[in-house]
Amino acid sequence: MGKFIFYRVLQAIPVLWIVVTITFFLVRFAPGGPFDAEKSVPPVVKAALEAQYNLDQPLISQYFSYMGDLLQGDLGPTFKYPGRSVNELIATGFPVTAELGLYAILVALVIGGIAGIVAALKPNSTQDYVSMSIAMIGICMPTFLLGPLLVLVFGIWLEWLPVSGWGDLPGDKILPSITLGAMYAAYVARLSRGGMMEVMSQDYIRTARAKGLPNYMVVLKHGLRGGILPVVSYLGPAFAGILSGSFVIETVFQIHGLGRFYVQAAFNRDYTLILGCTVFLAGLIILFNLLSDVVAAYLNPRLRSEVGSK
Amino acid sequence: MPLLSVNNLSVSFHTRNGVTEAVKDVSFSLSKGETLGIVGESGSGKSVSCYSIMGLIPQPPGRIESGQAMLDNIDLLKCNEKTQLDIRGNKVAMIFQDPMTCLNPYIRVGEQLIEPLTYHKNVSRIVAKQRAIELLKEVGIRDPEANFDAWPHEFSGGMRQRVMIAMALIAEPELLIADEPTTALDVTIQKQILELVADIQKRRNIAVIFISHDLAVVKGLADRIMVMKSGEIVEEGETNTVFNNPQHEYTKKLIAAIPTGAKKASQVVDKSLVQVDNLVVEFTTDQGRFRAIDEVSFDVKKGEILGLVGESGSGKSTIGRSLLQLVSASGKATFDGISLLDKSAKEFLPLRRRMQMIFQDPYASLNPRMNVFDTLAEPLKVHGIASGEGLVEAVFALMDDVGLDRKFARKYPHEFSGGQRQRIAIGRAIATKPDFIVADEPVSALDVTIQKQILELIESLVKKHNLSMLFISHDLAVVRRICDRVIVLKHGVLVERGHVNEVWSSPQHQYTQSLLNATPDAIA
Repeated sequence: MGKFIFYRVLQAIPVLWIVVTITFFLVRFAPGGPFDAEKSVPPVVKAALEAQYNLDQPLISQYFSYMGDLLQGDLGPTFKYPGRSVNELIATGFPVTAELGLYAILVALVIGGIAGIVAALKPNSTQDYVSMSIAMIGICMPTFLLGPLLVLVFGIWLEWLPVSGWGDLPGDKILPSITLGAMYAAYVARLSRGGMMEVMSQDYIRTARAKGLPNYMVVLKHGLRGGILPVVSYLGPAFAGILSGSFVIETVFQIHGLGRFYVQAAFNRDYTLILGCTVFLAGLIILFNLLSDVVAAYLNPRLRSEVGSK
Repeated sequence: MPLLSVNNLSVSFHTRNGVTEAVKDVSFSLSKGETLGIVGESGSGKSVSCYSIMGLIPQPPGRIESGQAMLDNIDLLKCNEKTQLDIRGNKVAMIFQDPMTCLNPYIRVGEQLIEPLTYHKNVSRIVAKQRAIELLKEVGIRDPEANFDAWPHEFSGGMRQRVMIAMALIAEPELLIADEPTTALDVTIQKQILELVADIQKRRNIAVIFISHDLAVVKGLADRIMVMKSGEIVEEGETNTVFNNPQHEYTKKLIAAIPTGAKKASQVVDKSLVQVDNLVVEFTTDQGRFRAIDEVSFDVKKGEILGLVGESGSGKSTIGRSLLQLVSASGKATFDGISLLDKSAKEFLPLRRRMQMIFQDPYASLNPRMNVFDTLAEPLKVHGIASGEGLVEAVFALMDDVGLDRKFARKYPHEFSGGQRQRIAIGRAIATKPDFIVADEPVSALDVTIQKQILELIESLVKKHNLSMLFISHDLAVVRRICDRVIVLKHGVLVERGHVNEVWSSPQHQYTQSLLNATPDAIA
């Protein structure tokens, strides 16, 4: 298993390098720059600013000096938040985004998992059609629509929950987590339904029934492990989607997480912040894909021994 | 008083395509310590009747229309679910056909084994483990302490079936239902499992219902035999009476289907079509290089069926595949004087028309999205044998050849039975008018009656088209029935060769003797 992880980490290095390089040149070739604001800055000031951030040097040498800093873990200074480094901004924004993402994943797993299993136990029944229809709606509904809709119902009409914020008022974390998790819950529901239906038709489920085990034990002990494998493999990509998709939620609910920095950075042509966020998220995405592969291998004994011997 | 008595059981399946009566008014009973064999082909209702008693048929679409199944004064068909769960796996236990798929691959063997005990008898895990290890030893699993924590995929088919038997016995049931428990196993393993079941039945004095399509298998085991056809019991009686004096036509047909006797000498020209010298196949695994085929030499003469016999893992399929370049091999092999093993894929292409293959599982080897016509037409088109108007005629001629009704041309594989599918697969193989066919266990997945028909078909086609065939099988009785000569393979090494009758009457190698002893006919 250790070797397997080692090789996967080794593979991640060229991937990260390609991501950084492409992003670096892409943002530079986008029109505008960090100091082209609405009100024009005197050319002398602009030149001084650019010199301060090394922007006056040839692009290729900027690239190499950035890569050099990156290797030491230094993501550089920001252009728009004077005196603060990219590392600092990520350190303030990421815990919020990570917490939001974690809750969203939990929402997705619990709601989606239960809905999928319930649907799979009685295929083509009312309970199947109802949960799968809701799942379909969940997939189709964009978060920027679902968010305000939930706010309208639970925040404004019913006044049960706060309409915005994160950690300021009791219960203000509920609506953002549900909004972000909803779409993934729908995917999880469909995946776990498919997985469970496949497993429940296997011969070994018949064996479990022939032992006289009650239905809940047949489903939870004998069915679930194989049935949720597709969900586990999906968790890596799902977490990636949640991290990069959270900026919509952060905007709708006024949450100061990484997503908002990221989007603002793109508008501001804040080169280092864009790059820093990209590298950071790319690293996380690779990490979570690796994690979900490891968990999937762990759940499947056959894969485990194969992976283990490599 | 009988342990189990089933009265007037009728079961039907209600689907979109209408109602199928799977079991019609079936009654039978079974005393303590008795073994009842239920025999019939797939779809005869033999499994459905037993599954209904156990409450294991899915309802819907299944429905128990009427009947009674009394066990210890409880009607299994009418009792509530809790009582039913209490009986299942506890008083009545089951083992199934395919041990490869019947154990949960995600749970350790030991944990699955002790479940009936911990659940039904409230036994602590420590005591249950003790009991499980004793049982594993009893069913012949070596090193039971270590294997208690093994995963199912680490076991062979025979070992898994032993685990299944241990699992069925662990709660000390009064009745064991065995549904084709040896059909998926090699003959030698089959013999061991049959002996184990017989032994356990005697030692524990439990009642056994043994379901099989193969009368020969049931013969040595059952006190009484019940023959089923199309959901009805057509004959029932003491085993010897049924065998020696069968009353019903169908029983006679079943007995006649047991492969016996040797092939009548056929006109084999003494000229080799395929010549194999020192064939070696090696596979690279995590443990290093592994020699699957070790310097094997043989030839197949023109018009001959050469039997290749061995157990699973002996390398017999690998030999067949290496001749057709589906596995890479070294050594020397020629076909009609043309060297085979040094050809590139492109150079080999024209040879494919002349060398074809028939596979074991007609369910898996046919493309489910191609109908019969397309399946048979494809090789004709690819090799430019027929096109346009001629194509339709050629396909119909093929269908006539393999005994398929022309009106089935537009049907898809799933609409056919196993035997019919194997006919399609054979039709596909002979479509290009090959000279040489590798038939890899072509009848192993089929019921005995169907097996007989397919063997007869193969025999007649070989004669009609003057084919040469390498017939791979684990079943010596089948090989004797159809082959001219036989070679026996063990762990990749040829241990015996000769004319079928010679090998049959005086096997030289100990391995061949053990294979011969294991054929069910010899058990009785």
